[in-house]
Amino acid sequence: MHRPLFRRFAAALAPVAAALLFTASCAGSGSSGTGADEDPGKKVTIKFWHGWSQDREVAALDGLIRKFNEKHPNITVKATSNVTDDKLIQGVRSKNGPDVVSSFTTDNVGQFCSSGGWVDLAPFLAKSALDPAATFPKATLDYTQFEGRRCALPFLADAYGLYYNKDMFAAAGITAPPKTMSEFKAAALKLQQLNPDGSIKVAGTMPVFHGYEFTPAHVMAQWGPTYVGADGKSNLATDPAAAQFLAYQKELVEALGGFEKLEKFRSGFGDEFSAQNPFQVGQVAMQVDGEWRTASIADEAPGLNYGTAPMPVPDDQVDKYGRGYLAGTVIGIARSSHHQAAAWEFVKYLTTDTDAVNTFAATIHNVPSTFAALNTTPLAGDEHFKTFLDIFRNPHSNTTPASVNGGQYQVTFQEFCYKWEAGQVSDLKGGLQGVDRQIDADNAQARP
Amino acid sequence: MTAAVPPALRAQRRRRAARTAAFLSPWLIGFSVFFLYPLGATAYYSFTHYDLINPPVWVGLRNWRYVFGDYPYLGQALRNTLWLVAIMVPLRVLFGLGVGLVAVRLRRGANLFRTLCYLPFLAPPVAATIAFVFLLNPATGPVDQLLDGIGIGTVGWFNDPDWSKPGLTLLAVWGIGDLMVIFVAALVDVPREQYEAAALDGAGPWQRFRYVTWPAITPIVLFAVVTGVIQTMQYYTQAMVAGKVASGIVGGPGQSFEPGYPQGSTLTLPQLVYESGFSTFDTGVAAVLSLILFAIAMAATALLLRRRAGFLGPD
Repeated sequence: MHRPLFRRFAAALAPVAAALLFTASCAGSGSSGTGADEDPGKKVTIKFWHGWSQDREVAALDGLIRKFNEKHPNITVKATSNVTDDKLIQGVRSKNGPDVVSSFTTDNVGQFCSSGGWVDLAPFLAKSALDPAATFPKATLDYTQFEGRRCALPFLADAYGLYYNKDMFAAAGITAPPKTMSEFKAAALKLQQLNPDGSIKVAGTMPVFHGYEFTPAHVMAQWGPTYVGADGKSNLATDPAAAQFLAYQKELVEALGGFEKLEKFRSGFGDEFSAQNPFQVGQVAMQVDGEWRTASIADEAPGLNYGTAPMPVPDDQVDKYGRGYLAGTVIGIARSSHHQAAAWEFVKYLTTDTDAVNTFAATIHNVPSTFAALNTTPLAGDEHFKTFLDIFRNPHSNTTPASVNGGQYQVTFQEFCYKWEAGQVSDLKGGLQGVDRQIDADNAQARP
Repeated sequence: MTAAVPPALRAQRRRRAARTAAFLSPWLIGFSVFFLYPLGATAYYSFTHYDLINPPVWVGLRNWRYVFGDYPYLGQALRNTLWLVAIMVPLRVLFGLGVGLVAVRLRRGANLFRTLCYLPFLAPPVAATIAFVFLLNPATGPVDQLLDGIGIGTVGWFNDPDWSKPGLTLLAVWGIGDLMVIFVAALVDVPREQYEAAALDGAGPWQRFRYVTWPAITPIVLFAVVTGVIQTMQYYTQAMVAGKVASGIVGGPGQSFEPGYPQGSTLTLPQLVYESGFSTFDTGVAAVLSLILFAIAMAATALLLRRRAGFLGPD
């Protein structure tokens, strides 16, 4: 009596359970959970996590959000500032994480894409009939995809060049910024000022790898490194760029007084992103930096008489003068988003609306990242900034390739460079071969 | 042949076992949830590829082979940790004991002295570390200016791989308030009559310390050493903050992790665990590193406790 009743009950429940399971599986993988096919007019709130932190930058971004709201009154954007990449990835993996995410670390795009943490934008681009190649310069498209998967778009770009103090140049009798690495070394020597005890009073430049933006990636770009060989393996030992760059750096450091003397002077520097930046307060005469420094100088050291130029190139690559290292902010949609259609509207607005791109670029002094904005940017009229627009357009400018484990290979190479400058590497070639082996092992470990 | 247990006795035993389990259950639940399960999960994840976004994939011993074969930071972190255990822990214990001895012997101003010595312990670790990095800055710090002024010359401190760990040790010794408090409590508890008897027997200050004070406070010293070793195994905040502030790379948006500036000298195992687990999201490697840390801490503690009898003396 009981058993048939139980069977009838179970039989009645089975379709319900199956339906529930099916619904659950759809919610996990289909569009209803991600909101990719949501009605564009639906009232939603999306969360936007970004890394900007200075008041001026955050205010400018808030202004953009207000303009976006005028166009899309149904989408409310809640922005969170000063988010580092580790916080961002932790947020992406949560069920209630951000919808729209942006990062300053272009190196990490490989990690974002390969893990699936940032969703593939190809369906959204296709739906909006947006052709990336016709909208964004090639360099920015390269650093926003990994192995064919486009999980990010460029949201303004950064170009690195040389800042120089015109008053110090005049006092040292230097009439033009250096164009070759030999000229750079000669200028740095002329510009260096010492105290009576022999310590540095003003550095011609700060060529140690903790000298803020004087990082291996930023400066080695002048040699045009490839980082990865045709076989997909690290090629720092076989590409002559790394060895030539490191040899030059050591030569420059020795010429300016040696590693210890420079390090001691550097340890007294103020914070890079403050009014105490060593270039702004006159502690260094020439400094590698990004285009955003023009805005900081205007705000914090308006009386500084300075100029900007592309970084010098190696003596045997004079034809490449004008190049520089390129990177930029990347933006995408987090896997945690439940409103991907609305998130895409916001991403599309920030990355392709010419007025939005130009307004934000002009406010925070970044390079506009679309062709349309580049051709109409008001920043072209700023003599200091124009240098960086030219570097950005230069066909020889380059960036660091995306990797499956983000910027890990850069950290490994950087670690080697720290040992090199401290005199702990006797065999450069052998050392670089070790770096290649390490990078390949790390990459293999990062793949499932 | 065993006699059958009467049903009444069996029931009584069952009730007693149930009662015992009920009394133990808060601890058992806590132990299972906060120790056994995480330990089991960590062991499982050490055999998987898990990026915290996609489901774990079983990879066998790959993570273990990578950590012991290819991972570049393990040796450096272990050496640094060993240095801190061997130098920082004994110095903290000795200094804490010394301050405690002074504090109990002071006839006037003892409370002020104890307060002044305890206050640094209340300083937030991050703020204290940043203050030390600025005080010990080789170019602008007052300590180096003083050293230079008296002819000793400047020291690189947190910018010099040879001096960064001594710098951290200075910071640890400065914040000695916690140990001072327990040593003062232990010293106050030493029976006064034993000192009087020793004095009557003609014992000097050293002999009174060696034969009266030391045997009485040895359990507290052992406690300080064991907890100090465990804390040092978990040393994270001060080492990371000192490295980041001194290097100028504070880990803001767009900046990469730099392991243990300068030149890996402040790198510790917990930093690697955090970096692998929550920055590069290689949970498998983070799990392996955690298990290594756990094994070392367990071994060190067991060794210290096994030697406890010899340490405490025949009584």
